[in-house]
Amino acid sequence: MTLDALPLDASAMIRSVRGDGPFRRRLLELGLLPGTAISRTGQAPLGDPLSFRVRGAVLCLRRSEAACIELDQP
Amino acid sequence: MSDAADCHAPPTAKREGAPCIALIGNPNAGKSTLFNAITGGSAQVGNYVGTTVDRQSGVMRLSDIGPVNVLDIPGIWSFAARSPEERIAIEAALGLDGRPAPDLLVLVTDAPRLQRSLYLVLQALELEVPVVVALNLVDEARDQGRLPDINNLSEALGVPVVATVARTGEGLDALKAAISQQLQHPRTVPPPHRWSEALLADAAELIPLLPSRFSGPAARQRALALWLLLSIDDAAALSDQPDLPRDAALRIRERATTAGRDLVAEIVGQRYAWIDARFSSFVNTADREGAALSDRIDRVLLHPVSGSIVFLLVMALVFQALFSWSAPAVDAVGAGTSTLQGWVQQGADWVELRAPLGGATPIFGDLLVNGILGGVGSVVEFVPQIALLFLFIAILEDSGYLARAAHLMDRLLRIAGLPGKAFVPLLSGFACAVPAIAATRTMPRFRDRLVTMAVIPLTSCSARLPVYALMIGALFPEFLPNTAVPARPLALFGMYAFSTVVTLVAALILGKTVMPDVATPDVIELPPYRLPHLRTVVWAVWARVADFLREAGRVILVATVVLWALLSFPRYSPEELLAQSPELQAQVTAETDLEALTRPLAIEKSYAGWIGHTIEPVIEPLGFDWQIGIGLVGAFAAREVFVATMGVVYGVGDDVDENSLTLREKMLQEKRVDGTPRYTVLTALSLMVFFAVAFQCLSTLAVLKRESGGWKWAGFVVGYITVLAWVLSFVVFQGGRWLGWG
Repeated sequence: MTLDALPLDASAMIRSVRGDGPFRRRLLELGLLPGTAISRTGQAPLGDPLSFRVRGAVLCLRRSEAACIELDQP
Repeated sequence: MSDAADCHAPPTAKREGAPCIALIGNPNAGKSTLFNAITGGSAQVGNYVGTTVDRQSGVMRLSDIGPVNVLDIPGIWSFAARSPEERIAIEAALGLDGRPAPDLLVLVTDAPRLQRSLYLVLQALELEVPVVVALNLVDEARDQGRLPDINNLSEALGVPVVATVARTGEGLDALKAAISQQLQHPRTVPPPHRWSEALLADAAELIPLLPSRFSGPAARQRALALWLLLSIDDAAALSDQPDLPRDAALRIRERATTAGRDLVAEIVGQRYAWIDARFSSFVNTADREGAALSDRIDRVLLHPVSGSIVFLLVMALVFQALFSWSAPAVDAVGAGTSTLQGWVQQGADWVELRAPLGGATPIFGDLLVNGILGGVGSVVEFVPQIALLFLFIAILEDSGYLARAAHLMDRLLRIAGLPGKAFVPLLSGFACAVPAIAATRTMPRFRDRLVTMAVIPLTSCSARLPVYALMIGALFPEFLPNTAVPARPLALFGMYAFSTVVTLVAALILGKTVMPDVATPDVIELPPYRLPHLRTVVWAVWARVADFLREAGRVILVATVVLWALLSFPRYSPEELLAQSPELQAQVTAETDLEALTRPLAIEKSYAGWIGHTIEPVIEPLGFDWQIGIGLVGAFAAREVFVATMGVVYGVGDDVDENSLTLREKMLQEKRVDGTPRYTVLTALSLMVFFAVAFQCLSTLAVLKRESGGWKWAGFVVGYITVLAWVLSFVVFQGGRWLGWG
């Protein structure tokens, strides 16, 4: 499963982060590393972007960006 | 920018005079509030060389060592350099930008989101410079039951850690004491985390190739080598690095990839590995996670229905304030300018009456009244709008709502290839482009800023309204032919819709062509809601107003004087003009005001008149003549001046507004050479389209130059918009004629 499919209020562990070099590096530096817990907190009224809580902060990711993050099946 | 309150000193190893410290931290960690709190009112805003990134500096007074210069470095997530902001951060922190390095780095960390802040702290420690950690927002962490253990943290990092709440002042004395201690007895420690053997080998390979400005202790060289490995890749970033280390870094990365290693994940991961291993000894993670109150507020403010309603209300409030509420202040400035102009004019008249200096006094008086005072007036007139917009932006940003607004609008603006943060600047453009372009500073990425400020002049600002009103009022029928549909409101609405579409399409095209997207998308963080901090808000407003007056104001003033000269020279006396025109001579009676009678001729004979005649062949296909051409020149001062200029051109005087019936009648009576009416609905439409698009505002040009960092981008914007305006008007006018409307 990828992060964009994570249901509201559910949480999971990150397995891997794919994507373009700079974008991937940014996500990793924000602490979205394999093994990190992440939960979905909401979405914008137009359905995109989505918001996630990770390491105590709330980050917004577009659906296409969230699709770069692979999750471990719970 | 005053160099007194800055880390400016001869670039020698040992600086004379006051020591310098730099504040570094994540966005939203309260760094600006802390900066304002410790520097008091002494802060100054400048720019980093060659950029428009704010360079704030101020002075902090310490009881034992006296004044200390404080540099506020832009908020960053990491030292790795992918954006101008990040590059500036590492260069300023290490003195790689040609200025001496700060004596001490103060890491402003975010106590409730400590893990991510620690990532930046570790990067700073790798550089082996003296560090003090300000653990900020401890009140928020306390409320969440996640207060970090300061002693454990300080011991693990090996540097002083001080708990602070910048907005209340809590802990600031302890912070100052720690800074003072570190300045008097500087102590550097090796970073607490360890690198893998493989990474150390990669770094060792790169170190001999580092440019000389990276020289320093061995640990710092290793950190910079790793920094290069993390920052460089195939993208254009860091393309100005010397080829040698750049090529080597690319080669090392490629070799690692071939070997199945992932350098980025290794470097980032080994920092976080230390954080994750130690984190439970800093914070009791068994406590419940997260900011519950913010989550509850977000359930309402990000809800599809209630969230959208609140968003529309907030944006309507901002727009209303900019569009209407600023009017009394703007009018007051205008009235003040007029009064002052009246006095100076009287003074000039008085001098002329008593000591006529060969005609020099009226010219000088006119320059003073209409050139200089008029210019100062038109600079100051923008201050209420800029102050109001930045007041709202500062409140929205400090409260945490601005990030939500960007989040809400992201999907919609993506259609135009822009991020959600472009919404507030674009919306503000419909009131006035000048504060709107200044507001692009709230956008973190320079590329997005450039695209947004390039299309803001296309939004239909309030100065276009008088032109629309004059044209629609004079030439449009009350109802659409054979219907009961009111034509005039429809035409006005149509102009706004047109402007919106043109703006978004232009952004889309510019974003795909001249400004292709750079690879790092901005990740928006939704910070917890907080009460705005009065001092931070006031400071933000003042900083922007002062910057506008200082930087853009000069350009506007000079340009206004130039424009005044175009409309006023060469000068002829009313008698000279009368002698040239038998037509006017015939109209002279005993009580004729010669000056008023000859004014249209005076403006025709001016440089502006010459320009109007010269550009006539170019604007003829749009349905315009040289008289409109003069109006276009006048409109460059500000679009609303077009109405007054047309008043002068048509001999009605400049004391007209868009509702003036005499001006409308005069326009309706104007004939072409062939006897057909000069102004038709089609001419009006073409002219309105031209005004909706064309770049006709010197103040916008001045602020565009300021915010884009030079004339190059500003010149490009003027050029593309002028061509676009001509083409669209041409299509409207010639298309309309072809359809038989003209």
